[in-house]
Amino acid sequence: MTKLPLLSLLTLIPLLGGVVVVSVGERRAAIARRLALAVAGITLLLAATLAARFEPGSGELQFVEKVRWIPALAVDYHLGVDGLGLLLILLTTLLVPFAMLAPGGPPHRAPLYRALMLFLEAGLLGTFTALNFFHWFLFWELSLIPAFFLIRLWGGTAGASAATQFFIYTLAGSVTMLLAFLAIFLAVGKFDFLELAELGRADRLTAHFNVNFGWYALPAETLTRLAFAGVFLGLAVKVPVMPFHTWLPATYAEAPTGVTMLLTGAMSKMGVYGFLRILVPIFPEQIRALQAPLLGLVVFTILFSAATAFAQRDLKRMLAYSSINHLGYCLLGLLAAASFAAPEARPTTEQAAALNGVLLQMLNHGLTAATLFACVGWLEQRSGGRRDLYDFGGLRRATPVFAGLMGIALFSSLGLPGLNGFVGEFLIFKGTFALAPWAAAAAVPGLLLTAVFLLTLMQRVFHGPLEPRWTALPDLTWRERLALAPAVALMFALGLWPQLVLTFTNATVVSLAEAWRTF
Amino acid sequence: MLPWTIYLSFAGALAVLLVPQRRAGAARHVALVFALAGAACGFSGIFAYRPGQDLLVLTRVPWVPALGLEYLLAVDGLNLPLVWLTGLAAVAGVLFSWNVTDRPREFFALYLTLIGGVYGVFLSFDLFLLFFFYEVAIIPKYFLIAIWGSTRREYGAMKLALYSFLGSALVFLGILAVYAAVAQMTGTPNLDLAALARLDYPAGFQRWVFPLLFVGFAVLAGLWPLHTWAPTGHVAAPTAASMLLAGVVMKLGSYGALRAAVALFPAGLAAWQTPVAALAVTGIVYGALVALVQKDFKFVVGYSSVSHMGFVLLGLVAINELGLSGAVLQMFSHGVIAGLLFGVVGRMVYDRAHTRELDELAGLRLGRRLPFAAATFVLAGMASMGLPGFSGFVAELSVLLGAWEAWPTAAVITGAGIVVGAAYVLRAVQQAFFAVPVEAANPDPDGPLLEPISLPERVGALLLLAATLVVGLFPGVLLDYILPSAGALLETLRRVGIS
Repeated sequence: MTKLPLLSLLTLIPLLGGVVVVSVGERRAAIARRLALAVAGITLLLAATLAARFEPGSGELQFVEKVRWIPALAVDYHLGVDGLGLLLILLTTLLVPFAMLAPGGPPHRAPLYRALMLFLEAGLLGTFTALNFFHWFLFWELSLIPAFFLIRLWGGTAGASAATQFFIYTLAGSVTMLLAFLAIFLAVGKFDFLELAELGRADRLTAHFNVNFGWYALPAETLTRLAFAGVFLGLAVKVPVMPFHTWLPATYAEAPTGVTMLLTGAMSKMGVYGFLRILVPIFPEQIRALQAPLLGLVVFTILFSAATAFAQRDLKRMLAYSSINHLGYCLLGLLAAASFAAPEARPTTEQAAALNGVLLQMLNHGLTAATLFACVGWLEQRSGGRRDLYDFGGLRRATPVFAGLMGIALFSSLGLPGLNGFVGEFLIFKGTFALAPWAAAAAVPGLLLTAVFLLTLMQRVFHGPLEPRWTALPDLTWRERLALAPAVALMFALGLWPQLVLTFTNATVVSLAEAWRTF
Repeated sequence: MLPWTIYLSFAGALAVLLVPQRRAGAARHVALVFALAGAACGFSGIFAYRPGQDLLVLTRVPWVPALGLEYLLAVDGLNLPLVWLTGLAAVAGVLFSWNVTDRPREFFALYLTLIGGVYGVFLSFDLFLLFFFYEVAIIPKYFLIAIWGSTRREYGAMKLALYSFLGSALVFLGILAVYAAVAQMTGTPNLDLAALARLDYPAGFQRWVFPLLFVGFAVLAGLWPLHTWAPTGHVAAPTAASMLLAGVVMKLGSYGALRAAVALFPAGLAAWQTPVAALAVTGIVYGALVALVQKDFKFVVGYSSVSHMGFVLLGLVAINELGLSGAVLQMFSHGVIAGLLFGVVGRMVYDRAHTRELDELAGLRLGRRLPFAAATFVLAGMASMGLPGFSGFVAELSVLLGAWEAWPTAAVITGAGIVVGAAYVLRAVQQAFFAVPVEAANPDPDGPLLEPISLPERVGALLLLAATLVVGLFPGVLLDYILPSAGALLETLRRVGIS
């Protein structure tokens, strides 16, 4: 039983499940729907098994599977998870059933829609478990295809252009990342993240570039930096970091609600995960050298996205910019922790705090942003496609339960103590203030702006006079309440008892930070 | 067994002609049997040739002893995968031509002659014999297009034939020059490719004979700017012919360039490496950009072939193991993928919708009405974009690695070409299968009933899809053959005296 390749199963089950679901056919859409939910449920159970068997005290990679795959290209089938991977697996497997229950389900071709969601899940889970570039890139790219079709086929009126823009932007980033990794492969002959991180840790990457890879008369430092820039660009488009975000608002606004939930909840984490697992471990020196501009970019992202969100009238677009803002905090903590080489043997408490905060924030943002999009989806569904900030007003009286639950999610998003959002942001800022005070100070107005636009949203939609046309707006049904309940319960649970997650992440954070330290 | 690929194909051509007139419909069954038998002989090469083995001579018979010409067939890790590709493409092509009712006997006879010629080119190890089979393959191609073709078929067929003959003329000049040089150097005239590769030609000779042979062959591989025959020829050809044309015949050009130019003339290669790479990269980007603005669905695929063949040519001249292996792998990969794309466009879509204009297809909601065709095209498109998991990724990755080593700038430009490649595939997929028609203009959104996708089409598509997936996920099945032979070839080049 212990020999079961759990991680391979984790990606295979949604993949094969998707194939089964799509072959059920449109005439038996109801069966396909239940089947898809069952597959998502089994995957969730498997993830829970993984969590139960996970050794939380160890920062090592666990459940490792390693098989030679393409020896000529130094490619192994190499899987493993640590606290970081496990957290994201749990988040993804939780969000998929949630997204399947989301409002505005597909009016046509429902089996295909659900199968594509399962394919997307497989891509995400593969990305969070693969440890060899070749293998990781496979899932990184393959998750684009189901996302593209989900947006293209079931998206809003501008879905076609949004889907294409999303695909081309992300692919352009992927190609620069691919070129960078090919250069690295030529220089060092490795594709394995762990082995590359080992080189990066000893700062021997530049030396290898010096010997094995030349591009006209460019010095090795510049080449390494170019490789860094290639990988950075690929990840920055995905997160996204401004100014590489332009694909995001249209995509989030046009995609059907369930898909947006997965895009913002899980897919954006692929980028942050890449920063943690790939960029910082392999290029610690480059990050340190570029600390100021990188942090500057992140602070700019935080402030500018919050300000832009404030100026939006479309609720989905507002949440989209808010999503960029929240992921900015992840990168803030991450870069602050990475740019600081700890003098002692163990990472400083500030580094650990910031990184723990980053991991928590990833989970929290996934949960909260997905819930908020689900709520806007319900609103849109009930009001006949309206989601303008000024369309509503006074809904608190018409739909009290909905107003209450969405209110909780909004407060979680703006970081009210007692709810999940607070802990992550608090830890990030606590760490960053010690490590990079100026960046933390500059980012604080972002928090304020977030509070302002989220409160504006709440006020415009739920307070004020109730417009007569909305008096008959139906409140959430029991089924919808049930779909929302686990998410809201988790917001409270994580807010009141963050230790629940921190036990899983702490050891990982310590070993991550140790690995980033150069000799 | 391997030489029987050639004989069986030619025998099949005769057998098809012997099918009585009133049962002409049986021609396709006969053709399928011979194509399958040929493919089986090709795959039997697994038992004859072990990966990493030296060149394995299959047949060596004096042909014209006075002139030193031999009937020499041999196999190594570079041509064996291409023999397999030919087998796959031949079987799939017959399956996709199941609906040919106009003079089926002549159609399949020419088809099998073409296949026999292709097998012959891949297996020949005498330069003149290779050229002979190369010419044998051109003739049936012309008739297939001119008789069974569609859009502007006379023009397409003639253009293709003229370009082919232009290339052949250059090649013929090159062969004569090599022949004279060998006779002078060794005293005994001989065109055995393995022996030719071991000779040390004067550098000045290499510098002018290399472009003759390389460009002559590369015309058929769609070398920019001599590629213009390819899109028009592909579009005019009937489905099976365009599958073979893009899938296999273009590979004859790149294979000839590999064996007769790259492997023989290291100094010539070194002198012409950079200009050829520049042309190859131009082809990659140009083909992709032009494919992006096509209105005819088949032209999109036609120009995409020019773009993807650019990878082959780029890998050939990179002079390193990864580049060369990537080029051979890309020949296999593109052969399978192009066959699949042309199969969907020509057979599944055009034969049913009777239009290939993307604007008109947009109104037909083919994604709903032909889900199998849509799914096949999406998967083939993913493979064509070079997404990981499909053969195109491993092949283009290897070529890019080789190019990074030789000219990093070319690799970066090629990267841009990959992005454009994704864009044109997406555009074609959206327009052809998933466009939302304007309801007013199309009161009956589901239109007249389209004939459902038939069993032979499904089998053919699944065969090719399986090939690209297997190679994509387990590239070792081909790379284990290709890499050692590519290494050996490069070693010979270096020993004769080059960088």
